[in-house]
Amino acid sequence: MALAAAWRARRLRLVAFAERRLPALTHLRRPEALPIRLHQRRIYVLPTLFGGVFGAMLSVMALGALNYGNNPALLLTCLLGSIAFLSVLGGYRALDGLTLRGVHAAPVFAGDALQVELHFDPGNRAREALRAQLEDATVAFATARATPTRVVVGLPTQRRGLVALPRVRLWTSWPYGLFRPWSWLNPQVRLLVYPRPETFGPPPPESARDAGPRHLRESGDEYGSLREYRETDARRMIAWKASARLDRLVVREPEQIAGRELVFDFAALEGLDHEARIARLARWVLAAEEQHRPYTLATPNERLGPDVGTAHRHRCLEALALLP
Amino acid sequence: MRLDARQFNLLAIAILVALAAHAPHLPLWIIAAMAFVLGARWLQRARRADLGAVPIWVRLPLTLALPAAVVAQYGNLFGREPGSVLAVGMLVLKFTESEKPRDARAAVTFACFVLMAALLFDQSLVMSGFVALALLPQIILLRALEPRDDLALKPAAATLADLRRGVPQAAFAVLGAAPLALVAFLFLPRLGEPLWGAPSPDQGRTGISDTMTPGGLAELIADDSPAFRVTFDAPAPPPPTQRYWRGLVMYHFDGTEWTHMPSPPVRDASPRFEALSAPLSYEIVLEPTQQRWLFALDLPLAAPNGAYRNAEFTLVNEKPVMDVTPYRVSSALRYRHDTLARHERQLALSLPAGYNPRLRALAAEWRSRYGEDREIVQAALALYNARFSYTLNPPPLGRDSMDDFMFETRSGYCEHFSSSFTFLMRAAGIPARVVVGYQGGYWNALGGYMVVRQSDAHAWSEIWQDGQGWVRVDPTAAVSPERVNLGSRAANAADAPWHGPEWLLALRNQWDIVNQLWNKVVVQFNALHQQNLLAQFGVDHAQWRSLAIALGAGSIVLVTLAMLWALRRDRDPGDAVDRAYRRLNRRLARAGAPRDEAEGPEAYLQRLRQRFPQAAREIEAVFARYVALRYASAQPDPAAARAFAVAVATLRVG
Repeated sequence: MALAAAWRARRLRLVAFAERRLPALTHLRRPEALPIRLHQRRIYVLPTLFGGVFGAMLSVMALGALNYGNNPALLLTCLLGSIAFLSVLGGYRALDGLTLRGVHAAPVFAGDALQVELHFDPGNRAREALRAQLEDATVAFATARATPTRVVVGLPTQRRGLVALPRVRLWTSWPYGLFRPWSWLNPQVRLLVYPRPETFGPPPPESARDAGPRHLRESGDEYGSLREYRETDARRMIAWKASARLDRLVVREPEQIAGRELVFDFAALEGLDHEARIARLARWVLAAEEQHRPYTLATPNERLGPDVGTAHRHRCLEALALLP
Repeated sequence: MRLDARQFNLLAIAILVALAAHAPHLPLWIIAAMAFVLGARWLQRARRADLGAVPIWVRLPLTLALPAAVVAQYGNLFGREPGSVLAVGMLVLKFTESEKPRDARAAVTFACFVLMAALLFDQSLVMSGFVALALLPQIILLRALEPRDDLALKPAAATLADLRRGVPQAAFAVLGAAPLALVAFLFLPRLGEPLWGAPSPDQGRTGISDTMTPGGLAELIADDSPAFRVTFDAPAPPPPTQRYWRGLVMYHFDGTEWTHMPSPPVRDASPRFEALSAPLSYEIVLEPTQQRWLFALDLPLAAPNGAYRNAEFTLVNEKPVMDVTPYRVSSALRYRHDTLARHERQLALSLPAGYNPRLRALAAEWRSRYGEDREIVQAALALYNARFSYTLNPPPLGRDSMDDFMFETRSGYCEHFSSSFTFLMRAAGIPARVVVGYQGGYWNALGGYMVVRQSDAHAWSEIWQDGQGWVRVDPTAAVSPERVNLGSRAANAADAPWHGPEWLLALRNQWDIVNQLWNKVVVQFNALHQQNLLAQFGVDHAQWRSLAIALGAGSIVLVTLAMLWALRRDRDPGDAVDRAYRRLNRRLARAGAPRDEAEGPEAYLQRLRQRFPQAAREIEAVFARYVALRYASAQPDPAAARAFAVAVATLRVG
């Protein structure tokens, strides 16, 4: 174990040194635009620990064969050495020409892991035993010929806001685990992380105003309290007549909920610090969404709503995430 | 991460083949014990994978038992055999604790070493071929250790699937690496002197020994392996009756056993015999004997390098023959010795007292009846011819073995005949001695060489005749002329069921050519051959430097080729329609109208109409099919695609 750790530390130092010295490597530290295609100038190869041990064993074998003047044994050693050496090319071919087409991740709350989807295009080549590494998480995958492949890697988050995707290390030890060709990808991708909602706190404040929806009803808009059907809605809430007319399922909002409006105002939350306000607002947004009640979010920059639904929820949480 | 069942099965196979490579030379009980441990561990893992590695209280006793077993078998821990048992045993012990890919990789590394060690015992083509094949499981296992996602199959089925898919891949890896391996093998500088001791002698092999008792050669005659191979400078080999390969001369007889006493080298150049025939030159490639004596036809005119001639004009190597050893000799087949030294005459007449009184009496009677030595020899040979029979399974003999043989059993083979004949001659006052070597040899016309097998081992006599010197007398020939004329095979056919039928012999002799080639090209390749190889490219006296340059240059060329392979772009093979269209283009290009890179089918067709007016209709029909398949539908109809391919194949242009 200690040997492995020492080897690992040494390898990391060597890699760091190589990256300092090799201009082709350092320029890879800058973000690049997608798609990123791997080619020979950005694929690097070093032997693995196993490769080093195997090489040492080959030297011992060669020495023994030479000492005894045993030609078949020497031939065997040469054959093994050639197989081992040429396996570099197999590993290299697994990476060469691989293209990263896109990176997507659904936003998560700070503290949860982003499920980063990497979309690879393998070109006209089947590739085996590839590994995508994002920080500490590694995912193994293989690609069939001419079949775009999606790889999901977890990326832990700590803070809300836009997170620059860290460099992706793409490597393989195919075919024998003797060598490790690798390449760094630094796609110019920023991923959104929602603020973490507070765990406990007061319920959403009920507004004194009573305007919006009722106003709509008064103006005679019959559909004002109708909204799209959601899977969680009870059947009895479906407005069948209206659904038939509109050719899609709509539900009638219960009168008392549709009648009142929620307003979450950043400025109104006095006595809390900046992040605590954001956390509370995030919780309120989620709570309102749970009850399907329209709500308005007022941040120092903008005012969103009143509205309810996935898109609105995303807009609000994004606005909170991007607050300074 | 633990090894899954599929990987574990492959690991078991990889270790099993390494064990099998050592099976020929290890004691049966050790092989059986190791196979048992291997099988038990495999069963345990197959049945109860959740138990993990074999616990330490089982492994520790096994680990301690290994050196104990080695000491029990060999008496010590060092040397080639004990070392190989230890290595194989450690590999099997590694199997008992293998749970992770890391363990499997370590096992493969060590298995490669164990496979190499097997070649230290046996460099033959068969063993080398086996070891090369044994690399395949190692390669397949290493591949299987890489992560994969198709784990839906059952372990046994997955193992088989891996093997089926892995064997071609691994074979491709081995064959692809062969050129580079060959370059490395050819140009890797060889050591002038071993860095440490050469391996200990191999006691297992039989060969001619320096003592002879009646019945002692029987084991050797049963052994059909080659003793040496000979290529003659002359186009044809000497006739069978002259193929007497002298090895050892035995003077000393103690009543039961003839013994060879090493005699000093004859360093002076003056020959003590006169050659009466032109020298016959040939090269012998001797299989390892672990002994110092070499073999030559009759009297060699000079000793090869690293050897000397002794007083009996047999060849003695300065070191025991541990490897396949080639040497060149010229021999005189007819000759005349000058004089017999006094002490030699004494030696050649001495008999142990108190043995074989009846034979002595017969000799005395003949001595008084016949005046000439020649007549006594004739009488003896006539007696053998009339009364004796040749068999490899003679009845046992008592204390006065020669008396029993001559007057009671009267059946035996070369040792009995030469032994009794020499005794008889000495008793009659004729200096005589026993010579042991090989007689005969199979002329392989296809390979242009002669192979002499252990089964050709033979013993005969030489008697001293004033004016002629030592004259060869083969009493066996008097009993069984076919032993000399047709070889041991014909003579022993009745007694030796191990010699297969005729066609098998032919097959074996052809197989021997391949072995011979392997010996010549690979096993005997050394620094000298290396220099000769470079000399063809104008490099005399190849030293480390030039070898390193050759090695580097060769490797660079091959690695560059391999890199071109690795860097090549993948061509999209396309579907059946694309392939057929490409074929159509090739055919039309051969007909003189190649398609431009960017030319579409319609524009191309326009051009073709003018180029081949007489075939325009057929060409149009084919193109119409293509356009319909490629552009009219998203997914071409397979039947229509096949019809298009057929139309392309049958199209006649101009």
